[in-house]
Amino acid sequence: MTYYALIGAVEQGFVYGLMVLGVYLTFRVLDFPDLTVDGSLPLGAAVSAVAVSAGIDPYLTLVLAFAAGFAAGAITGVLNTKLGILHLLSSILTMIALYSVIIRIMGRPNLTLLGKPTVLDAVTGLGLPAHAAGPLLYGALAVAAGGTLVWFLSTQFGQATLATGDNPRMITALGVNTHTTIIVGVGLANALTAVSGALVAQNQGAADVNMGVGTIVAGLASVIIGETLVGRGKGGVGRAIVAALAGSVAYRLAIAVALDLRIGQLSVTPSDLNLITALVVVLALTAPKMRAKLTGRRC
Amino acid sequence: MLTLTGITKTFNPGGADPVTALADVSLTIEKGDFITLIGSNGAGKSTLLNCLAGVFFPDAGTITLDGKDITALPEHARAAFLGRVFQDPLSGTCASLSIEQNLALAALRGKRRGLSRGVAPRDRDRFRQALHSLSLGLEDRLDARVRLLSGGQRQALTMLMATLLRPEVLLLDEHTAALDPKTAARILELTAHLVTTRNLTTLMVTHNMNQAIRLGNRLIMMHRGRIILDVSGQEKHNLTVEQLLTRFASLRATDDPDGPGGADDMTDKMLLV
Repeated sequence: MTYYALIGAVEQGFVYGLMVLGVYLTFRVLDFPDLTVDGSLPLGAAVSAVAVSAGIDPYLTLVLAFAAGFAAGAITGVLNTKLGILHLLSSILTMIALYSVIIRIMGRPNLTLLGKPTVLDAVTGLGLPAHAAGPLLYGALAVAAGGTLVWFLSTQFGQATLATGDNPRMITALGVNTHTTIIVGVGLANALTAVSGALVAQNQGAADVNMGVGTIVAGLASVIIGETLVGRGKGGVGRAIVAALAGSVAYRLAIAVALDLRIGQLSVTPSDLNLITALVVVLALTAPKMRAKLTGRRC
Repeated sequence: MLTLTGITKTFNPGGADPVTALADVSLTIEKGDFITLIGSNGAGKSTLLNCLAGVFFPDAGTITLDGKDITALPEHARAAFLGRVFQDPLSGTCASLSIEQNLALAALRGKRRGLSRGVAPRDRDRFRQALHSLSLGLEDRLDARVRLLSGGQRQALTMLMATLLRPEVLLLDEHTAALDPKTAARILELTAHLVTTRNLTTLMVTHNMNQAIRLGNRLIMMHRGRIILDVSGQEKHNLTVEQLLTRFASLRATDDPDGPGGADDMTDKMLLV
């Protein structure tokens, strides 16, 4: 792998890191398998792309993407809690609906941002070379988002959100409306994902309605890889957040390595990545059980 | 004062096998009452407790607390005045959170939860003192995850959490039934201690007749969705298991088409003792 490929993978790890934080929040904290992210990532990209094209400051467009993503997640939460639709199905419904919404927002399936200002301009303006500015800025944003999430989960409301995923019966008996914690929690997760999508669009110079396909699987793979690296269930929320971000970077590095692979005549192409990612998730999800079986211990 | 008037609850109404879990139940729980509630399986004890807690709503009837109608209040909104302990010792606490985080969640029962710190440093002393009263050594393990505790320790912690803020009514749903006898006895001792020292109004469901007779100032027996016995004071004090069984059999004879002594009756007796 070249130095630039390495830097690029680390940069992507941070850019998608915000999405991975969102997936951690739904999948691990709320125990809510949320496929909305496949739609909220391109939603954030579309909102940011349209806003940047309209001359709005690139940083301000992140706020708009955040709001749009929160609304999308909140809709999934409302479908699940207030209307009683199964969580997985609620998120699929929102995701499908977002496809139409995104095309409405952009007025077409994709939008290029070539030559338009990006969040990176503020850093390269300081004289830093582009290949160093990217990882620095996106790393700083990912760490800031991670730190904010750690803070949020330590507040009274955040602790109630943690309890909602762990023991909804108990936290209801203690006076928490779990509908609220689920709607806000899934909303926040998708807000983070949408900001991630906005950064991806600015970084790649384009937003595309199909750019979200497989987001949930990539997010899950990152969360699981991170847990394997840092240790699942050890330590508190802070450690889990570090694991999620580390997992995101490790996942993008693994993909960069896979793309360099050449076995005889066969070389891995970007279109093979979905298959590889799915296999990685299956392996990671079943490995603990397999190991327990092999060593004769019960899980 | 908590008053239930004409509470009726039918599961699967209009279905092939409708079950009337509560049939026109009226009950007044006075301030300071410590009521033990017994009855065989399917008598309606848990349904009554769940109606009180707002887990589901009755088909008919009203529930009032100090004159205020709370019949339509959702479960989470009733938490402000109810303390609850469940049968499953794992249900009352959050396994992935620490002891102090669990206590902090309970310290805000029924209150608004905002963005201030979940566990405030000034709360720790209060939590330590409360835990000290359990004599389980948990006061030195505030940071320990609750998943590391035994079922008995978790149920003791749940008792503490349910009473950390004084509840108007404490609801105990067979909270010692899933514990081993020795641990169950300790939890029961803790229950009696908490209820009497703090003069808590309590409704305790139990399967155990001895417990029901020994504890509390009032005993209620349910059968097939109705209250068939309600004794208090001296009469309750003098009650024995044999008397209770006899009264149970004779009261059943009057409303039971099968009559006493059937196979159904035998299993019920076995469950009650």
